[in-house]
Amino acid sequence: MDDSSTGRIRPVIADTPGSRSWSRAFRDLSQGWKQRALWGHLGWQDIKQRYRRSVLGPLWISISMGVIALGLGILYSALFQADIAVLLPHIAVGLLIWNFISGCVLEGSEVFIANEGLIKFLPAPLSLHVYRLVWRQTLFFLHNLVIWVVLMIIFPHPLGWSLLLAIPAFVLLMLNGGWIAILSGILATRFRDIPPIIGSVVQLLFYLTPIVWSVDILSDNPAVAERAQLVELNPIFHFVEILRRPLLGQATEWRYWLVVGVITIVGWTAGLICMRNYRARVAYWV
Amino acid sequence: MTDPSIDLDAACVDFPIFDAKSRSLKKSVLGRAGGRIGTESKVPIIEALRDITVSLRKGDRVALVGHNGAGKTTLLRLMSGIYEPTRGHAAVHGKVAPVFDLAVGMDPEISGLDNILIRGLFLGMTKKQMATRIDDIAAFTELGDYLEMPLRTYSTGMRVRLALGVVTSIDPEILLLDEGIGAVDSEFLAKARDRLNELVERSGILVFASHSDEFLADLCDTAIWMEHGTVKEFGPLREVLHHYKGRDVLAEHYAHRDART
Repeated sequence: MDDSSTGRIRPVIADTPGSRSWSRAFRDLSQGWKQRALWGHLGWQDIKQRYRRSVLGPLWISISMGVIALGLGILYSALFQADIAVLLPHIAVGLLIWNFISGCVLEGSEVFIANEGLIKFLPAPLSLHVYRLVWRQTLFFLHNLVIWVVLMIIFPHPLGWSLLLAIPAFVLLMLNGGWIAILSGILATRFRDIPPIIGSVVQLLFYLTPIVWSVDILSDNPAVAERAQLVELNPIFHFVEILRRPLLGQATEWRYWLVVGVITIVGWTAGLICMRNYRARVAYWV
Repeated sequence: MTDPSIDLDAACVDFPIFDAKSRSLKKSVLGRAGGRIGTESKVPIIEALRDITVSLRKGDRVALVGHNGAGKTTLLRLMSGIYEPTRGHAAVHGKVAPVFDLAVGMDPEISGLDNILIRGLFLGMTKKQMATRIDDIAAFTELGDYLEMPLRTYSTGMRVRLALGVVTSIDPEILLLDEGIGAVDSEFLAKARDRLNELVERSGILVFASHSDEFLADLCDTAIWMEHGTVKEFGPLREVLHHYKGRDVLAEHYAHRDART
């Protein structure tokens, strides 16, 4: 009998694309998408998990968000001597959007590190973890949207057809959550200093973005009006504006959409390149 | 549908070992300014698998033997597609069901039933397919009302029952089992063995890493002996085990079986 593997049939390897190929990267994305039932279920599970055994359950998401929004709204309208009917909805809706963005960015950098067990023990497309993350953040956002509904009842805004713009705006936000998680997730798996760096940058960005303050208030003050324009350099500002304006019944400006569109394209290009080159390495790095 | 197959051609798995320092940006960014400091700038690499050339076809039932750290688990992960070879090629066709670490992919906080569902979805089942199988799995595991309890209340053996129940009910084409399923009691083991045997007959390929000679003899007919990350021997189970253990450990076992038949 044969004494080694050489005695057996030689393996026939067809011309399959290598680990670093576009087709494998795209296949990962499409196979992950096909497992919607799985990440859909896991996303829900994540939320239920967090509020297991609490009486109100996921309702806590809306409640805690409401408390923060209300507190900050009252505080800052007092500080800026602004009309609470204007500033409170501004702050609350800004916070909702910010929560989604920061959730995608912060958890995005940990998306593969946190799923080390699953990646090492169950063969599954990498993108599955990214879909699950964005889906979970979307569910959080939808829970928080209750606050927006309440605010619109208390402080009626002139909501028209332009409200429909909120849908493509949110889709753009989700798309961007995807590439951020892929890019920062892969890089952070290799370089473990990235999550803390991202953590501090995100914290800083919260104050640089007009969420608890508003550009309009600063523009009214001639002393800082010019400096307030610097906010245009903050990419997060544009992401917040494309969604906040339709939600508050304000006219949108196409400049925001343009910036977000360009970032989406550039970001996905970078994310896909990273996916192509390092997708197969993630299992080794986690 | 094509038959399941596993083809590895000179496949290698090299692990980069980043220590706390080299895994940080500091090295890559600051290191450049200071020039190279000997071997410190290089990431040490562990060659977990070297030059693995193996070809498995439908009906193959392979035992994986070798000392701890010989690369058995890594080879199973390579076969499952979790690791893509750093050098060489690997082509795996067929629906893979791995049973590695039994705690992973299971959420301790949710019930056994939910865990069955999630595990099934991970293995490529749909929710509908799982719904039709869940009673069968529940009956096989014999866990009864315990399935409603959160998984953290389960013993190791109960978790093994759950994991085996799922993989054996979903008709995988390639079944990869790592050691550790010995935690169940002998009665259940016999039942699992029958079911695994059935499964292998019905579908494709079984690769089973274990230190239990008897269990291997029951399920497998060929064996791969791994040593230091390479295939030391690949052939009939009895011969390989004979060489590996230095004595014909299965002689008695086969004598028993022959006497029975």
